[in-house]
Amino acid sequence: MTMYGVPSHWRRYKERYRLSGTRCETCGNIYFPPRKVCPHCRREGKPVSMNFSGKGKVYTFSVIRVPSEGFEAYAPYVIGLIQLEEGPKVTTQIVDCSPEEVYIDMPVEVCFRKLREQGKEGIICYGFKFKPTTDAILKK
Amino acid sequence: MVGIVSYGVYIPRWRIKTEEIAKVWDQDADRFKEGLLVEEKSVPSLDEDTVTLAVEAARNALNRSPEVNAKEIGALYVGSESHPYAVKPTATIVAEAIDATPSLTAADMEFACKAGTAGLQACMGLVKAEYVKYGMAIGADTAQAQPSDALEYTAAAGAAAYIIGRDSVIADIEGTYSTTQDVPDFWRREGEGYPQHGGRFTGEPAYFTQVVNCTRGLMERLGTKPKDYDYAVFHQPNGKFPLRAAQILGFDKEKVMPGLIVTKIGNTYSGASLLGLASVLDQAKQGDRILVTSYGSGAGSDSFSIVVTNLIEEKRDLAPSTEFYINRKEYIDYAHYSKFKRQLRGFVN
Amino acid sequence: MSNDLGTLKKSDVAIVGVGITPFGEHWDKGLRELVIEAGFAAASEAGVRGRDIDLMLVGNMSGGMFAGQEHVAALVADFLGLNPTPAVRVEAACASGGVALRQGYLAIASGLNNLVLVGGVEKMTDVGGGWATSVLSGAMDFEWEAYFGATFPGIYSMIARRYMHEYGLTRDQLAKVAVKNHYHGSFNPFAHYRNRITVDDVINSSPVADPLRLLDCSPISDGAACVLLTSAENAKKYTDTPIIIKACEQASGTLTLFDRRDICTIDATIDAANKAYLNSHISPRDVDLLEVHDCFTIAEILALEDLGFCEKGQAGKMYDEGQTYVGATLPVNTDGGLKAAGHPVGATGVKQIVELVKQLRGEAEKGRQVSGAEIGLAQNVGGSGATAVVTILERGD
Repeated sequence: MTMYGVPSHWRRYKERYRLSGTRCETCGNIYFPPRKVCPHCRREGKPVSMNFSGKGKVYTFSVIRVPSEGFEAYAPYVIGLIQLEEGPKVTTQIVDCSPEEVYIDMPVEVCFRKLREQGKEGIICYGFKFKPTTDAILKK
Repeated sequence: MVGIVSYGVYIPRWRIKTEEIAKVWDQDADRFKEGLLVEEKSVPSLDEDTVTLAVEAARNALNRSPEVNAKEIGALYVGSESHPYAVKPTATIVAEAIDATPSLTAADMEFACKAGTAGLQACMGLVKAEYVKYGMAIGADTAQAQPSDALEYTAAAGAAAYIIGRDSVIADIEGTYSTTQDVPDFWRREGEGYPQHGGRFTGEPAYFTQVVNCTRGLMERLGTKPKDYDYAVFHQPNGKFPLRAAQILGFDKEKVMPGLIVTKIGNTYSGASLLGLASVLDQAKQGDRILVTSYGSGAGSDSFSIVVTNLIEEKRDLAPSTEFYINRKEYIDYAHYSKFKRQLRGFVN
Repeated sequence: MSNDLGTLKKSDVAIVGVGITPFGEHWDKGLRELVIEAGFAAASEAGVRGRDIDLMLVGNMSGGMFAGQEHVAALVADFLGLNPTPAVRVEAACASGGVALRQGYLAIASGLNNLVLVGGVEKMTDVGGGWATSVLSGAMDFEWEAYFGATFPGIYSMIARRYMHEYGLTRDQLAKVAVKNHYHGSFNPFAHYRNRITVDDVINSSPVADPLRLLDCSPISDGAACVLLTSAENAKKYTDTPIIIKACEQASGTLTLFDRRDICTIDATIDAANKAYLNSHISPRDVDLLEVHDCFTIAEILALEDLGFCEKGQAGKMYDEGQTYVGATLPVNTDGGLKAAGHPVGATGVKQIVELVKQLRGEAEKGRQVSGAEIGLAQNVGGSGATAVVTILERGD
């Protein structure tokens, strides 16, 4: 959707580029995306910024064949929930493999891709997607 | 001494075979394969561009040098002729993605296929002058070629990133030398989608003049001879040109072959000579001496004389090799190639 | 329990009139025409004059994105001739209608209002499919789900895949949800789709978001529904068959699917249902029929479990045994559900109430009337489970 302005993308660069979240120093819970309030400790919480390793496993996935506006060219594409090794899950696209190759518990790692474009004239929005791990490819 | 602290590469997963392109234009694939020595070329996904390729290569370089904190990178240059933005530096996005911001200088380089090595030299200067602790130079391209142009058989996608510094180097850079002249062998005007070129004019007066003179200039300056080198990497727009340059300069073919990867992935433009060097570093041993000469149309060359150190062994396997990416591939037909390259008329986003 | 309405409320709340438009593609009607049609039907039933209505609530997800129209409540009040009656739009994605009902329920229960018209409306077919998909994806976390290419069918299909993985639900069992809902819909003159379908039809329909296919998904529909609320003690002034709202409870869960404790459970449904059972002193075994939020076939499976009608992982078997048909042990979605009756998102939560009222009054069409129905339960969900409303109705005579 091209209507959303440049600042709305820019203010999320850190989290989308580097897959960063927060860890609450009070309870140790880890959150993605970052939260200013720990839902567990609330006022007593002390959320601090942290970067995830980018490694995880496919928790569940789907193959999107009827996409939203802006994703037409990519369909069919795989969307999944990745369980990060630090605990939290993220919604992301799984790339560099065919839909038939994806399975629950498949090991994956983060990569850097274009997420969407604001038309031909507007900005390009980059961020994380996930792909099969190098180790898994080498084993094949 | 200034040297290479680390390197990382990236090549997209898709390949198209020379035969598949020839089929569309009713051309003789064998003639092109013999003429160019290119069997297939890499193609980026729809969600890949020079920025994403550069980031992947940069991250691999950082993974290969755990001692480098990205915040210590004081200079970052991305050389490419396919920067996604005409105005808005690729280098800013790469620097943000690898968490090198905000305390660094960054810029995009453009010098046809040698913009990556131009960045390498800039980093060497800043490191040597002790303005920065580390510099990162990246050559990355998703090369464009007009459909049915002979360039279509080779214009490919790939990236290589190098971290330049003084400590913990896997290879010393003994010296560098460049040549530059005004030679209109290949160009793309502002706003045009595809480059134009001078056909055979790109050969003798352009590529060979620069590559040969530059390489000789470096060896003269250092007092080295072809026999002093274990490997030689020349810019590789196709398989023939670097082999011919080696022959003119007196390098054995065996010294060129380990770095000659154009046959498997095509011409990655700004990434080409740096990917060739990475392929050599993937297998070189301590003490090996490597000659690298890039070439950029327009025209000029940068030559480097590099000596591998003992640290290569402990860092090499910390990131995927060039061979890993060369072998990680899926073939596509020309229809999908057209889609991935956004060549279809009326194609949405 | 601090928010136990059973102890706070001043009066019981009754439904004294209902109205609904046919659901489907209304090329010749805009948002305002749809609400007028349903609103007048509800008011006429009860013999109510516009000036008697002292609050208008409109459940509407996205008049702005679907029809370019915000400020929907004022528009609707104006065109219904209700000015200067206060009018409020209520938005909670696909639970907008259910939440609007609850706001109306609170208004009457508190004693501050006497007669409240609760409407729900969505005009969806003025935009193309890609845009509609984008607008609906606004019901999830735009920045962390939709932004990455997730669609609503995609979110529910990820639930379906995980559920199948954990509990062994089969593709056929899932299909049977849609088959049953189309069967029920075939008796409903207001349903968007009245054709009967087979399991083969479902599993061979075009893939939307694997493993879900077109016939697993509720359609994009236009439509409106309205109910008229008053206190139980005043109800007989308007109708001989008032229907009492025994409970209308709401709960919130995480907006994102990935933050859930368990993606195969909608905790908000459990929380809202537990409160509703507690406040109404009604338990699942007392319930004669259900209206649940089957935006996708998998959602109906989750609903039966989360509302306490079977153990986790067991709902699929109820479909093998045909238990959810009219005439069987637990009739579910007797109007065809969202799947066959249609899903104009803002209208759906109110439509569910209209259907339960018709059923409890014994006024549903032949073929889908649950005989002797006295207690009905509705579950309305917003997003992938961030909002849930559970309402329990009982005959008031």
